[in-house]
Amino acid sequence: MIRLGRDELAKYPFLPDAGKYLADQGFTLEDLGTDPDLAGFMEEAVRRIEVAADGRVYSPPDSSLDASVFSFLLAVVLLRMTHAMTLVRRFSLAEARRAERHLERDLGSMQDGERERLALGIIEELFSISVSKTEEGVAIEAPDYLARASSFHEREWKLVNRRVDSGKVLLTAHETVRLLRAGISEYISERITSAPAPPRAAGFSGAVARLEELAARFHVPTAQSGEYPPCVKHAIEVLEKGQNLPHSGRFMLATYLISRGQGADQIAPLFKNAPDYNERVTRYQLNQIIRGRDGGPYSCPSCEKIKRDGLCFATPECDGIFHPGQFGVRRA
Amino acid sequence: MSPELEFLQSAFRKYYFDNIESVEPPARISEREFGYMPFGSGMVRHLSVKTPGELSAMMLEQSPADAYCSNAAYAFPEAQMGQKDWRGAELIFDVDAKDLDLECRPGHACSRCASCGAARSGGGPCKCGGATESASFPCGRCIGAAKKEVSKLLGIMREDLGIEGAAVYFSGNEGFHVHVDEPAYARLDSRARAELCDYLSFRGATPESVGFARSGVKDPARHGEPGWRGRAAALLFPRSRRNKALKEAELAGRDAMQKRLEEISPLAGAVIDHRVTMDVHRIFRLPGTLNSKSGMAKVRCSDLAGFDPYSEACLIDSEPADIISDCPLEFRLRGRRFGPYSGEATVPRYAAAYMICKGFARVPETYR
Repeated sequence: MIRLGRDELAKYPFLPDAGKYLADQGFTLEDLGTDPDLAGFMEEAVRRIEVAADGRVYSPPDSSLDASVFSFLLAVVLLRMTHAMTLVRRFSLAEARRAERHLERDLGSMQDGERERLALGIIEELFSISVSKTEEGVAIEAPDYLARASSFHEREWKLVNRRVDSGKVLLTAHETVRLLRAGISEYISERITSAPAPPRAAGFSGAVARLEELAARFHVPTAQSGEYPPCVKHAIEVLEKGQNLPHSGRFMLATYLISRGQGADQIAPLFKNAPDYNERVTRYQLNQIIRGRDGGPYSCPSCEKIKRDGLCFATPECDGIFHPGQFGVRRA
Repeated sequence: MSPELEFLQSAFRKYYFDNIESVEPPARISEREFGYMPFGSGMVRHLSVKTPGELSAMMLEQSPADAYCSNAAYAFPEAQMGQKDWRGAELIFDVDAKDLDLECRPGHACSRCASCGAARSGGGPCKCGGATESASFPCGRCIGAAKKEVSKLLGIMREDLGIEGAAVYFSGNEGFHVHVDEPAYARLDSRARAELCDYLSFRGATPESVGFARSGVKDPARHGEPGWRGRAAALLFPRSRRNKALKEAELAGRDAMQKRLEEISPLAGAVIDHRVTMDVHRIFRLPGTLNSKSGMAKVRCSDLAGFDPYSEACLIDSEPADIISDCPLEFRLRGRRFGPYSGEATVPRYAAAYMICKGFARVPETYR
């Protein structure tokens, strides 16, 4: 187990050492909700969640270690009490992005061996994977790379397009943290959902009510169509639950709906619950797909490609079709 | 059951009785799913076997047409697919001569008309207009080409991925299975395995990976570089004319390079069946068992270069057997030449089984 310094605790408050820090300062989680001296941290914790829900990355106004660690731990408690998975996912993703920035800087700090060593240690601790630093960048074991990069849609992430040597894949610091982004987010999300729920003390109720109101904003009633093929239905369900749909799934969903005559205005709200939702980016991407190339929109991938991407949830009604567009048409 | 299936069952039974120690129990045997195809009936799957002794007993008792074992380990191998609780799977690669588009192939294909029953060499419809079923009697060149792909695969795995301990098996018919029992790869899902296959077969490479940038060739792949950059450099920018090739590539542009990369993919990469490797719930022929498509065994190749399947995997006994054959092609087994035939013949049992498995021999009436 790595020993974190004060700087690292502030940068990575989701690591187990942060909880220990709270105890070392003589506080319990309940104190954070009841001690009037700590009331400022409550407001900061709510703010931290609100910023994350907005799709932005939180920067603490007060850079002290206490502010960073306490507001994070309080935010975890509040999310645990609110039971709003959408907020948990958005918060986890935003905190993962915040950690990414630090991790990338620490991984790339050639002058400071200690920071680099700690960054590598944090990656090992979080993901139980072995990474090392070489002259050419960060080296990660090929199976660990494959397990994570295979869900990326962009061709640059294909193993065949990476530098591979003796079982290791070489990445830049930026690529390394990009590769691990989903994992950091999942780690934080898991820590929140598995955290013990403290008794609902009066001190927490105002903040919890605010967050419940915030969570209600993300409820999107989506129209279900029984005529959609199961792969498309599944993609919609994933998004409705606020879970992450890989890029290949988003592309499949968008191209399918476009082929059914829907426009960006109709499709964009479906992605509203995605943990990394950004309306401007979503609309831009949808319009790019609609514009497509050679004068027509991009077409929906074939069943074979969808199967390869792990997005196929075929039912007997799919028998004999090789493209989602044929679903229902052939059956009729 | 037809007399031909009875003949095969008897030959297979004798093989298992004499060679049961050749059936190779897999590692973590109690966590594997087993299955077999009895002669004359459908597949039996979702079987659990606790010990090598139990496996031997099953093989002796059933002497099946084909026997299989999962590459995956499960908590409950005997449960239905959704309830098995997957615990990881060996990586297995399938190299098959029929996927190699070999020129020799039409020369050793033969077919039988489903309508008039006539057998002839080559494929295509019968003179009577009936549909035909075809079979292949793979030649030494087919096996040689498949071996070359296996060598390529082993080389890429060793150099790039550090995988040393792959076990190569002749599949018992027209190709090879390469088993990789590396714990780090065992947990990979289908998608990650598909990515690995793309790597090993050099599929999906972009011009950027060999040094193309928006503004032209920036960091061209060099000979001797590790991985695909080094191998691609040798093909794209040969040492003898590297500078010229680089200039030509720059002039031709990115799209031309993309096309070139796709062209060299089957030459540079290993030709493997991606679907086989991606399937993490598949059952594979069990090493040491016979293949009902040929009567030959799936055997381990400790010396791939010197391996001759028609000797080393042809393991049914050589007792004389009377058959009626219309096999239109000549073939070799255990160093002996057989065929073509058009009528009664007495051949060693392994050759009779080979022709019956391929559908070009039957048992004489007197034996029925």
